[in-house]
Amino acid sequence: MSFGSVGIAAADEVVGGPPPRPVTKARKERPRPWRIAIFVLAALYFLGPLASAFKFSLIQSNGRYGLGNYDQIIKNSAIRSALITSLEISAITAVLVVVLMLPTVVWVRLRLPKLTLMMEGVTLLPIVIPPVVMAAGLEELQSHAPEWVVKLLFNHPLSALTPFYVILALPFTYRALDNGVRAIDLHTLVDASRNLGASWRQTIIHVILPNVETAVLGAMFLTIALCLGEVVISSLLLYHTFPVALIQESLSGTAGISVALSIITLAFTFGLLFALSFLAGRRQRATSIRVI
Amino acid sequence: MIRFDGVERHFGEVTALAGLDLEIAEGELIALLGPSGCGKTTALRILGGFDRPDAGRVFVNDVDVSSTPPNKRDMGMVFQAYSLFPNMDVRTNVAFGLRMRRQEKAKRLKRADELLELVGLTQTADRFPHQLSGGQQQRVAIARALAIEPTVLLLDEPLSALDARVRTQLRAEIRNLQQRLGITTLFVTHDQSEALSIADRVGVMQHGRLEQLDTPEAVYRHPATAFVAEFVGAMNRLPGRLGDDGEVQVLGQRLKVLNPDGTKSGAAVYALLRPEGVAVVPDSAGPGEVTQRTFLGSAVRLEVTLDTGQKILVEQPSHDAGLVPGDRTGLRILVESVIIEETVPSPAP
Repeated sequence: MSFGSVGIAAADEVVGGPPPRPVTKARKERPRPWRIAIFVLAALYFLGPLASAFKFSLIQSNGRYGLGNYDQIIKNSAIRSALITSLEISAITAVLVVVLMLPTVVWVRLRLPKLTLMMEGVTLLPIVIPPVVMAAGLEELQSHAPEWVVKLLFNHPLSALTPFYVILALPFTYRALDNGVRAIDLHTLVDASRNLGASWRQTIIHVILPNVETAVLGAMFLTIALCLGEVVISSLLLYHTFPVALIQESLSGTAGISVALSIITLAFTFGLLFALSFLAGRRQRATSIRVI
Repeated sequence: MIRFDGVERHFGEVTALAGLDLEIAEGELIALLGPSGCGKTTALRILGGFDRPDAGRVFVNDVDVSSTPPNKRDMGMVFQAYSLFPNMDVRTNVAFGLRMRRQEKAKRLKRADELLELVGLTQTADRFPHQLSGGQQQRVAIARALAIEPTVLLLDEPLSALDARVRTQLRAEIRNLQQRLGITTLFVTHDQSEALSIADRVGVMQHGRLEQLDTPEAVYRHPATAFVAEFVGAMNRLPGRLGDDGEVQVLGQRLKVLNPDGTKSGAAVYALLRPEGVAVVPDSAGPGEVTQRTFLGSAVRLEVTLDTGQKILVEQPSHDAGLVPGDRTGLRILVESVIIEETVPSPAP
């Protein structure tokens, strides 16, 4: 059947549609003095210690200012490998969390809405149970599990820590993703997609994921921040991750290097934040600049 | 071509469909009409594969599709809510179904442009859904549903979110498209004027059952049940008593009863009469007084209050209605037969 030759004359009102949305500049309001004062105070409160820390990190072992501490970090293979390990764990965990949780959140919202409360409770458990308890449990597993399990799981920090970081990230990722999914008309979009021939996988990839992009990025960012800051489990299990290296450096007396490491961590975190803001705003810009 | 065979669907204690039997011929447009909760949307969702029947089966071209998932049914659907994908522009939305069918990009975009031309929205191809009016969004949704060349088109109250003028315009266009393309269509609505104006046949539903399935004119003029009579169009309920001869006396006139079955002679009944089935007879000594006059454009609706307190709606052409509130009038029934409803239903045998 072909519809190509069939046409209808549409009425002007509908064809033309509404007039394009006027692109108006937001009315600029002159900032009030007290707002500026609060902004400056908050900036000082936040940036003052950071600036001090940065200045401190520039003091080299010979007492002069320079990038010696940063240079040492780059040259220190132990720190470099700890950073790479942590970044690998963060990236894998962030992807795993989204791959696991997005379909789960969608399924619960679509098919099992009565389980929403239970899901919220279950995903809170990693906060309720202290990480040290999880670490103790892991140590028990290490000493009693069959050798092949121990080898499979605990030989590398990636295989040992990633599953537990996925669990630790649940409270944040579930809420971020759930908020994103709630903000769209999930039922209609899924039905429309399925009706047009999309499988569940295609529906999630082509329809749901792009429409909860900001929530997904937020969930990934939170996961990465968590992985880069988690120290209890990794240190108790004797894995040399970035936060563990940070603590070891500060305990070893090279305070300048330790602070330089903190500055790098912060810079990385800010970088992620800006990337998130950029990516979240990208689609909005893409749609708004096309207004005819 | 499409057959619902004793389809049942229950949601806990609530029965949404109680053994629905319905056949839709190829190229036919059937409108399912009924109040909220009557089961019309459930029937459409079951046909679309979004829900499964608890009992009974659904056939398309004699193939049982009761368990076929929606993405394998080859049906296009337009939803009540705006359902365009917000992350895609109009052209990509229309081409989405073809993309899922792995059609080559150039071909599917060309096809999308053809469909957009079909619904008169070529110039909006690069816009995003939030930049379109409600009417435009639904037209794009229609184009998107048609792009996959479906065997069946499902319309789930697609006009209910639109303003009156666009709704009327779009429903005429949907009918026009459907007739030109000859596509089998199931249209669900709670708006009687929409159903009557667009469908080849109208199915009036109540409590999960089809009360009547007939042409719009037959449903309006010869309602099969009191529910259909009252649901479709305005209706007067005039008290009377069923005579031995199967007739009922109303306003001094004897009328043939179309549905005397089960009602004992002598029973108190209501005769159901359309406003246009009654005419005013200007008479200063008449038994009624005009208490309200509503101008409807081509017609005028008068509310006449009888001396007994009974209110009767009368509709007549506006050029023929000179009466104003306060005028006395007589009434004349223009039809020869009526549907009746017992004032107190007889106990079930």
